[in-house]
Parts: sequence; C-alpha cells; structure tokens
Amino acid sequence: MPEAKFCVGCGHPIALMALNKVLDEMGLTKKAVLGLDIGCSLLAWNYLPVNTFQTHHGRVTPTMLAFKRARPGSICLAYAGDGGSYAIGWQSLFHAARRDEPITVIVINNTIYAMTGGQTAPTTMHGEKTPTSPNGYPDEPFHGPEILKDIVKPGAYIARTAVNDMAQMRMFIKKAIETQQAGHFSLVEFLSLCPVNWHTNGPDTLKFLEENMKPVFKVGEIAG
Amino acid sequence: MKESKRDFITGAEVVIKACRDAGADIMYGYPITPTCEILSGWINEGYASLQTEDEIAAGFGVCGAVLAGQKAFTASSGPGHILLQDAFAMAEGMRLPFVMIVGQRGGPSSGTVIYSQQEVMLSCFGGNGEGMRFVYSPSSLNELYSLTRLAFNDAWKYRFPAVLLTDGYMLKTTGVIEWEKIKDVENSPTFTRLSDGANVHWPNIYTAEEELYEEVMVMNKDYKKAASKVAKAEEYLTKDAKILLVAHGIVAASAKEAIVELRKKGVKVGLFRPTTLRPFSKKQFDKAASNKSVKKILVAESSLGQLARIVHDEMDPEICKPFAYLQKPALGIEIEDIYNFVLKNNK
Repeated sequence: MPEAKFCVGCGHPIALMALNKVLDEMGLTKKAVLGLDIGCSLLAWNYLPVNTFQTHHGRVTPTMLAFKRARPGSICLAYAGDGGSYAIGWQSLFHAARRDEPITVIVINNTIYAMTGGQTAPTTMHGEKTPTSPNGYPDEPFHGPEILKDIVKPGAYIARTAVNDMAQMRMFIKKAIETQQAGHFSLVEFLSLCPVNWHTNGPDTLKFLEENMKPVFKVGEIAG
Repeated sequence: MKESKRDFITGAEVVIKACRDAGADIMYGYPITPTCEILSGWINEGYASLQTEDEIAAGFGVCGAVLAGQKAFTASSGPGHILLQDAFAMAEGMRLPFVMIVGQRGGPSSGTVIYSQQEVMLSCFGGNGEGMRFVYSPSSLNELYSLTRLAFNDAWKYRFPAVLLTDGYMLKTTGVIEWEKIKDVENSPTFTRLSDGANVHWPNIYTAEEELYEEVMVMNKDYKKAASKVAKAEEYLTKDAKILLVAHGIVAASAKEAIVELRKKGVKVGLFRPTTLRPFSKKQFDKAASNKSVKKILVAESSLGQLARIVHDEMDPEICKPFAYLQKPALGIEIEDIYNFVLKNNK
C-alpha cells in the first residue's frame, strides 16, 4: 500500500481503512470500484487495493451510477466531500437518490472545503469562521442525509457516522453495501477531521468533532 | 444496414440508426431543441437510456458507462452543449471515447433553437486543454449516417472524444437516404481498463506539473498520429477552379448546388469541404489553395468566422491568396446567396 498523501490527523484515511476492512470481510475487493470526486477525496486514488478512477468536482455520482448501469455486478462506491456532494454535486446526488440508483455514496463531512484552504462549505456550522466567512458563518448547515431521507424509496439506506467510531463506521458501510446489493441507493456521511484547516491540535481536533459537530450532525441510521 | 435501398426519414432517425449500428449500448441525455427527437426516438426504440437531471449528468453518465466498458453517447445543443463540455474535457483528459451529437442552434446563449454553425469553436476547442478531439460535419443524410458511424469507430479506435456536428435543419427535416451508397463498416471493439480485480488506478488529476506535461505530450503524439488518418475533406471541381469556396455542413450542400449553376455560366469555381473540422485536413487544403489557378478563396458559413478562423490557423502562411467571406451568423445560407456571392467576387 502506498504512503498516504493525506495530511497528518486527517479523517479520510480512517474512513478509507474502514471501507477497506468491510470490502475485505465481504469478499468484495475485486468487485469494488471506487469513483473519486475532486477535493481531498481525490487523494484516495491509489490508496486501496481496488479499481479507482478520479472524476471532476461534483461529478462522481452521475459517473458512478452509469458505471453501475453498465456493470450491475460491480460494487460501485462514489467517494466525495461535503462540497462535492451537497453543493456542486447536489443536483445529481438528489436525483440519483430519488431514482434509487443502486450505488453507495460516501460523503466526508469536515464542515469546510479542505483542499482549497478551508473555505465555507454547505456543512459549515453557524458561527464557524472560515476564509470566506471571516466573521463567522451566518447560516445554518446543510443536512444532506436528513433531506434525502424524505425522497428515497423504500429499501434505501442513509446513515451518518464519525471517524472516531470504527465499529459503527464498519457496521454502516456494510449495511450500505448490502443495500446496493439488494438494488437500492445508499449513502453514509462520515463526520471527519481536518486539524490543518480547523487550526487545532490533536486533543482539540477530537474535541471539535465531539463537542461542535456531533450536536449539530446527529450520528445514527437515518433511513432504512 | 436496412434492406430497402432508399428511405424517406428524418435526420434524427438517421442518427439513431447510425448510433445503434455503431454498437452504442446506451444514451444519456437531457431534452433540448433541436436534438429532442434523438433522445425520444432512441427511448421509443426500447434501447437502454437515462434521461438525466441535466446535461452535466448526461455527460458524466457517458463517461461512467465508457469507463465500465460500454459504448455510450449523448446529444445536445447550444447551452446544453456548453454544459457537456465539462464531461467532454474529462473524456479528453482520460482518453475516453465519447460520442456527442450536436445539433447547432443560434447563439450566443439560448439564442434560436434550430440552426447555426456557431458551435464550431466550442466543439473543437471547448475544453481547458488543447482540443484533442474529432469533429465531423456532415452535408447530407447519407453522410450524417456514415460520419456518425465513423465518429464511434474513430473514438474507440484512437480513444479521443468525438463530436458529430450538425444542426436542426438536418435533424428535423425529412429527406431521402440512399442506403446503397453507404458502405458498411466494421465496428471498433469496446474496451475497459477497469475489469474486475484489475486493481487499476485511473487518474484525472496530477500532482506534479512534469507528470501532466508528459501525459499531454504523449496525447499530442497520439493525436497527431490519429489525425493523419482521421482528417478528411471533399473536393468538388477544384482542379481548374479560379475561385475556391470553403464551406462545411449544410452550407456546403448549398455551395455544391450553386457551383453547378455557376459552372453552367462558365464560372470556374470549386469547393473544399472539410468533413472533419478537427483535425482539419491541412495538407489537402494547402494543396488545393496553393493551386496556381486559384485566384481567390471564399469562406461561407452561418457564423461570424468560426470556420474561417480554422482555415487561417491551419493554412500554410506561405500561401498568399486574397480571401472574401460570406458570414451569416445563425442564418441559413441558400444557393442564391452563394451564387451571388461568387459572382460578386468573380469580377
């Protein structure tokens, strides 16, 4: 496995390792294809022993669902950040969920656009300071899973977990993949870590996740 | 290939048949005039399809299908074509065969909905790259069929994206197609790098500038090699021509008719008609343009010089011939327009 290109303390490699473990346990490594959005997600392109490809920012969902339509036996995983999913890629994600496309979308929520320097994302929390909200973000954050819950078809699976809970991450990913195998749409949002853009040390990074994020973004199963 | 030797059908029907005969598995599309009938016609034939939420999703749908090993295509126009350039650029960058049928409409913006030749530059150079794509411009229903087949074959053979550039007049009107004049061709095979368990990591973004430079230079070498086979043009009565007309698409069809009439009057005029706008058949054009008999070169098009720009860019700078232009952005150019324009320039 190549050395991770993610920053020290990043949540991405934890989420990816959880994904890798589940694929391995389910015997699906060879059938899996991991499509990557642009943003920090793109760094996952040679990280796991599965087929991967990179796309454009916000475009991994429509690319991945077409891959699935072409190769129904593949395990299709669309991996993106909160911006790629809930801002520039929202229209496609929303309609993929509405149509019950049998793919698994993995959203990494770190409340900011990390690759470009920590700007405001749809998930930025009220009062959170970023380079594009220097006085604190005035709006409420976007809750993608809660909105999708109301439009998905029966059988779809939507959940939110956090990268400091390995057991829950693995359980939710497994359920999401099983949902895809049953022919339905699934999405798991991961509350992640970004000490570089949060300007936090180790303990404060985990504190930000536990005390700031988790009260705003409730972890648990949301649909299915 | 159909049993009957001639059919009276629309351009959209011709495109659907050509895409199917080319081995297209699926169409991703979003309705926009004048290409709606391709999408609805394809769906009504019962072929695999997805009407997406916008052209962006349609384009990336084509990319996803192609990544998985299918032959896929889309069709659009104007503002939809602009959105499709997002995915088309990815196809160019990742060397994905991608076929896009473009029915040009008047621009800029939403413009008019049926006709123009204003999407030439967008087709040829619409991405944030070097324009390594193939662009075909048919002049007749027969050619609409054969160039659509060729677009698929070239795209899959050389792994560059391809545009079949036409317009709403061609797609929406009914005309005669003569099947006996169309040579059947063998389809290029499909491919995928992402077969199960291949453990392939297919990049679209590069960390090092040198890495991308190398990638683009390899692409350039491949494109140049492909261009020598892909670039094509038709010449009509150019051997003794004093006036060399340059036109593409249905304007070239008008030009041909005008030339027949002009020749009857003794005007020595010939036509150079690029059937691929990119790559442009440079050598053939230089030869035709540098012919001693040629005194003037006339470029006729339904845009303000998009074809002329390509001609000037590609033409050998040593060739010094006067030019004149008939440019009617988003307006049809009729036989009489060309007839009069040639006569005016034959003094």
